[in-house]
Amino acid sequence: MIKIELLRKQYGPVTVVNDVSLTIESGTVTVIVGTSGSGKSTLLRMINRLVEPSGGRVLIDDRDTAAEPAHLLRRRIGYAIQGHGLFPHRTVAENIATVPRLLGWKSARVRARVEELLAVFQLDPAAFAGKYPHQLSGGQQQRVGVARALAAEPNVLLMDEPFGALDPIIRSKAQDDLLGIQRRFGTTIVLVTHDMDEAFRLGNRVAVMSDGKVLQYDRPAMLLTKPADPFVSRLTCTGDRAMKLLSLTTAAEAAEPGIGEGPSVDGSASLRDVLSDLVWSGAGAATVMGSDGKPAGRLTIAAILAHGRQT
Amino acid sequence: MTHAATRRLHFDRLGTLLSLVGVAAIWLLPFVVFKINRIVSGHPRALIDVLPQWSTLTFYSTLALIAVIAVAVGNARIRLVAALLGIVAVALVIGGAADALTPPGNRWVRISPGAGFWVLLIALGLIATDAIARLRPRPGVRVLALLVTAVAVAAALASGYFDHLSIMREYAVNASRFTREARQHVLLAVGSLVAAVLVGLPLGVLCHRLPRIRAVILEVLSLIQTIPSIALFGILMVPLGVLAAREPWVAQLGISGIGAAPAVIALFLYSLLPVVANTVAGLARVSPATVDAARGMGLTNWQVLVAIEFILALPVILTGIRIVLVQNIGLVTIAALIGGGGFGTFVFQGLGQTAIDLVLLGAIPTVALAFSSAVLLDALVDVMNKALR
Repeated sequence: MIKIELLRKQYGPVTVVNDVSLTIESGTVTVIVGTSGSGKSTLLRMINRLVEPSGGRVLIDDRDTAAEPAHLLRRRIGYAIQGHGLFPHRTVAENIATVPRLLGWKSARVRARVEELLAVFQLDPAAFAGKYPHQLSGGQQQRVGVARALAAEPNVLLMDEPFGALDPIIRSKAQDDLLGIQRRFGTTIVLVTHDMDEAFRLGNRVAVMSDGKVLQYDRPAMLLTKPADPFVSRLTCTGDRAMKLLSLTTAAEAAEPGIGEGPSVDGSASLRDVLSDLVWSGAGAATVMGSDGKPAGRLTIAAILAHGRQT
Repeated sequence: MTHAATRRLHFDRLGTLLSLVGVAAIWLLPFVVFKINRIVSGHPRALIDVLPQWSTLTFYSTLALIAVIAVAVGNARIRLVAALLGIVAVALVIGGAADALTPPGNRWVRISPGAGFWVLLIALGLIATDAIARLRPRPGVRVLALLVTAVAVAAALASGYFDHLSIMREYAVNASRFTREARQHVLLAVGSLVAAVLVGLPLGVLCHRLPRIRAVILEVLSLIQTIPSIALFGILMVPLGVLAAREPWVAQLGISGIGAAPAVIALFLYSLLPVVANTVAGLARVSPATVDAARGMGLTNWQVLVAIEFILALPVILTGIRIVLVQNIGLVTIAALIGGGGFGTFVFQGLGQTAIDLVLLGAIPTVALAFSSAVLLDALVDVMNKALR
């Protein structure tokens, strides 16, 4: 658990982060979203003390982060940034091995961990371990960047606009991969973005920041249906907010007993995707498939629409 | 003319220009000059009067063939071989001419290469350099070629074939001093470089970290560069002289207003700007994301500097060191004026005695030294750049 208490950052007369308090549960994804200059990056960077707070404190699993030297703290916390920041003069394997080496792991353990991570990130160790960053595509570089951040098995992973440099298709794949990896390792992820869709897609909870303050810190659906602040509603109440709300619920969660006459959809698909399928095929109800591959229920258009209504 | 023939026929502009220069050199300029002793002005001798007819003709036809290749052949390997062949031919002819012109047992006459010889050598050298540039040899090949050339030149000089040539005569007279001045020359150039690197690197890092002092430091170092070297020697003479006179221990260290001390200090000051400026430029080109990621992963400040920033800046820093080394090797020559030693000693002694051969004894090794260090460091920079893309 990460406890941020009255955290504050001032540069001269300018207050960049203004007495922010947040509690981030272990094993969740928290997204800090805001416009540029809102202080979101500064807030993130104060967690691993790349920026030293002017006031307040951060507790990770009840330990004050100020209690140890900053570089030792950072070795326990994963860190991934936009544009990956890979070391151009080191191979993929050497890049991933950075923190384990700093921690003095035995070389056999380092090698095993590097290979495991490459496999997890769908990079064939035999082909990629010896390559240099400039020999990789943008998506591959980004995956190596995240693999490197996770190398020393940190409990906490901080990500600063990690997918900002990727094109939409690769970005969407990278977001899916991140959720898969989060489930696999149970890492607590704090991610900064200016992209509301990304925040809704990834965050168990979303903190909306403006002018150094957190305006609302809540589940994504609550930001849509119960915005706490005019700024939050301006950010979330775009033309497609109903669709956004639909995208937060999966077919399995909303399914009712029975079998639809229309297309079969995966239980993990969002209601937004199911609705799109139904509109496209002209059917009135879809069959929701369970994880065992057998029909598990059905979804009618009316039921889907009910989920998109402000309640 | 068929289309294919047009394509095969090559017209080389640089080769044509250099060939014309070569023809003019042979036509208008003396190839070899005869002097009754080392300081009187000489008389040009025509090759045809000096060498057997067949060797003169062979020489001229070889040069003609090389000119044709330089104008009409595009293949860089053939051009290189031709140019090297030409250089060997020019060397053989000048050595042979010196041999033929020297009366047996006469140690006073001086047979000097004339202006024609030098112009030909430069033209051939340029054809060779151009061919090498077109071949784009890898760094290792370039260093190897330099080594082979150095060994070949050393062997040729040691063979005694050129002993009747004026420069070798001067060398024979000054052999023991030559070794000493060579060592002194290298010592002054490299010593001031090492000092500049030891001071300049930390200064460069400081400038990188503190933008406020960067402008001031670079400004001051640029200002130093604008002081002419002679003036700087003069400026240093006064305080060093006073210091040596006041503090006996300073004088005991061998420091005085003239000699090696002001020379090293002046060279050191000149060297600082390239080292500091390139360190700053090299550090500036390291991506901020890379540095941020390094810090974020828990590298200490020192580790970030040494293992990331510095390594990535190394090619640019080495380029600065290359500039300094070549510049210093040239500047050390002037240090001889204030008793600093080095090859400049021969240059200024030769100028004083109007003995141009003695000037060349100082100048040619200086140029060779500067050229060799440029080739070596360029190769090193290339290797670094390739490793650190």
